[in-house]
Amino acid sequence: MTAPAFTPTGIRFENIEKRYGSLYALRRVRLEIRAGESVAFAGRNGSGKTTLLRIAARLVRASSGQLDFLTSGGEPADFATQTGFVAHATMVYDELTAEENLLLFAKLQGIADSSARAAALLDEVGLSERRKSLVRTFSRGMRQRVAIARALLNEPSILLLDEPATGLDPEGITWLANTLRRMRDAGRTILMSLHGESEVSALATRAVRLDAGFVAADTQTGANLHSILTFAGA
Amino acid sequence: MLKSTVKAIGLFVLIAITAYLAFYYAPIEKSMGVIQKIFYLHVSSALTSFLAFGICFYANLRYVFTRQQKADWLGVSAAEVGLAFIVVVLITGPIWAKPVWGIWWTWDARLTLTFVLGLLYISYLLLRSMIEEPEKRALFSALFGIFAFLDVPLVYFSIRWWRTQHPQPVILGGPGSGLEPRMRVSYLLMWGALTGLLILLLSARYRLEALRASVEDLRREAEVR
Amino acid sequence: MALFSNAAVLLGKELRTEYRSRELLTTTVVFILVVVVLFSFTFDPSAGESRRFGPGLLWLSFLFAASLMLQPCFLREQNNDTLSALRLSVRDPFAIFLAKLSANTLFLLLTEVLMLPIFAVLYNVHILAVFPQLVLVLFLGSLGVAIPGTAFSAISAQARMRELMLPLLLLPLLTPVLLASTEATGGLLEEHPGLRVDWLGFLAGFDVVFLTALWLFGEYLLEE
Repeated sequence: MTAPAFTPTGIRFENIEKRYGSLYALRRVRLEIRAGESVAFAGRNGSGKTTLLRIAARLVRASSGQLDFLTSGGEPADFATQTGFVAHATMVYDELTAEENLLLFAKLQGIADSSARAAALLDEVGLSERRKSLVRTFSRGMRQRVAIARALLNEPSILLLDEPATGLDPEGITWLANTLRRMRDAGRTILMSLHGESEVSALATRAVRLDAGFVAADTQTGANLHSILTFAGA
Repeated sequence: MLKSTVKAIGLFVLIAITAYLAFYYAPIEKSMGVIQKIFYLHVSSALTSFLAFGICFYANLRYVFTRQQKADWLGVSAAEVGLAFIVVVLITGPIWAKPVWGIWWTWDARLTLTFVLGLLYISYLLLRSMIEEPEKRALFSALFGIFAFLDVPLVYFSIRWWRTQHPQPVILGGPGSGLEPRMRVSYLLMWGALTGLLILLLSARYRLEALRASVEDLRREAEVR
Repeated sequence: MALFSNAAVLLGKELRTEYRSRELLTTTVVFILVVVVLFSFTFDPSAGESRRFGPGLLWLSFLFAASLMLQPCFLREQNNDTLSALRLSVRDPFAIFLAKLSANTLFLLLTEVLMLPIFAVLYNVHILAVFPQLVLVLFLGSLGVAIPGTAFSAISAQARMRELMLPLLLLPLLTPVLLASTEATGGLLEEHPGLRVDWLGFLAGFDVVFLTALWLFGEYLLEE
């Protein structure tokens, strides 16, 4: 494990709204997530989970409202916040090898010793032996590992994961849960959208259910956590 | 509704007066004869269409920087109305050219520019019809519109340079060069009348687009329920 | 400068993927070859006639080929949402455009230079003496095609019927490039060849105008 090279950061959604035409993907979302929390977002398809994560990653601009990053003391952060984003898609090139992908994005992000960082991450996600293989030849689970490695390149203080367990076999899910647990225990903030309960959802310290763009439920206690996650899975 | 009818009637009268002036007040051009009369409509329409595309460019820039739906409505309205005037130019041009030059069409710099301009804004409208989501449609068509407008002077100068190196029919005097005063009055009045028509069409089209947007809004909301 | 180092890294990626697949280059070369051969049936390609029509048909085939070759430029980035990964990684989104338009210019120039000798043989024109000047014309012309072409590839990737939309958006806009490049190439293929500096200057001006526009508006082209 590398020493924490990041600053613990929280995130605050202040009346965030996103319209597509007149269709609301998100409506008056007010959430304050403290540094170090692990939040699971549940809800049906189209309830706004993906949009919320993409807004947090600053890939999508909100129609209105404000997004703030917070220091561990809860003050608005004035430093450049590093987020790591794992989307539905892998966000890596099929025509490049695992190593080339990581090197490419490391160099683009201006990471000092990019080859060492890439090697360390390939090791961490268990792909060292296949690092010279094209991503095209990988199974869905292996691709997801490359995707997660890419998201970790910049030592993100906030991890945004959109259904990270998609396509993973039971062994892969265990691996993902262990990796995320290490991230959480190191003090990283995690926002993830999930379907139902799993080893991964067991990591969550807080669950938020979205319904048609609204925050329908938000809890930090065990029993309610369970009911929110299973409700959405139904 | 009543107000716009009154405006429309007023404009109709104004255009009728300018047409009368063009035919009976302005003298008959010596070398071209009566056919030169079509120039009053031809040139004024061309100038009006450029004005419309200028408005479209302004609306495109405004949309990209402010993201107001209204700017998008203005953009599409100006492009459509501008195209209507371009069609007038492209129809009156050959009607004039046939008796004077003996050919329907010539790749004269101004005619060709008008043609290419028309094509660019047809592409702009086509692009709009090919993007479903309103915000994306507004943004990407606005960006295309900006690029297209920047192209206009480049198209004009390239064709002019190109034409000066190739033989072409001589344009007799060309409008604007030492105009007879009565002719000038007729030109100015016609241009004024057409600009009035532009504003009338533009505001009608703009209202239509606003209505369309709210219908689309309602329909989507109904679908969600 | 982060902009140029980012662009260089991305250009490396574009070149590497193309080197692996060679999809774009091979299909484009074959496409131009087909067009050039088919054009030869539309008139008598003797030396005199070729000088008259050759430059125009050459540039038309380049323009059509480019409007096809530029299609996948941003479409490819949608497959795995790699465009988002790029947007999250680079500080200045202009780096993405800079890399892509450099790659596209390079690919276009390569196919054009490959086609020149074939064109010269088929159409009885002499190009050996003016080859460097021709490459200069090809370079400025290809840049003029690639700059708006790359921008519009990002636009057409968002539309339905995108295969038709890109040529429809791009070709009318390229009227000045077609004129200038054809005239400049024609000047070099004359019996007494001359470098048409005025048209080269015009091409350079076109390139600068649209490069500036892309620099100003590029980030909006990448929005989702």
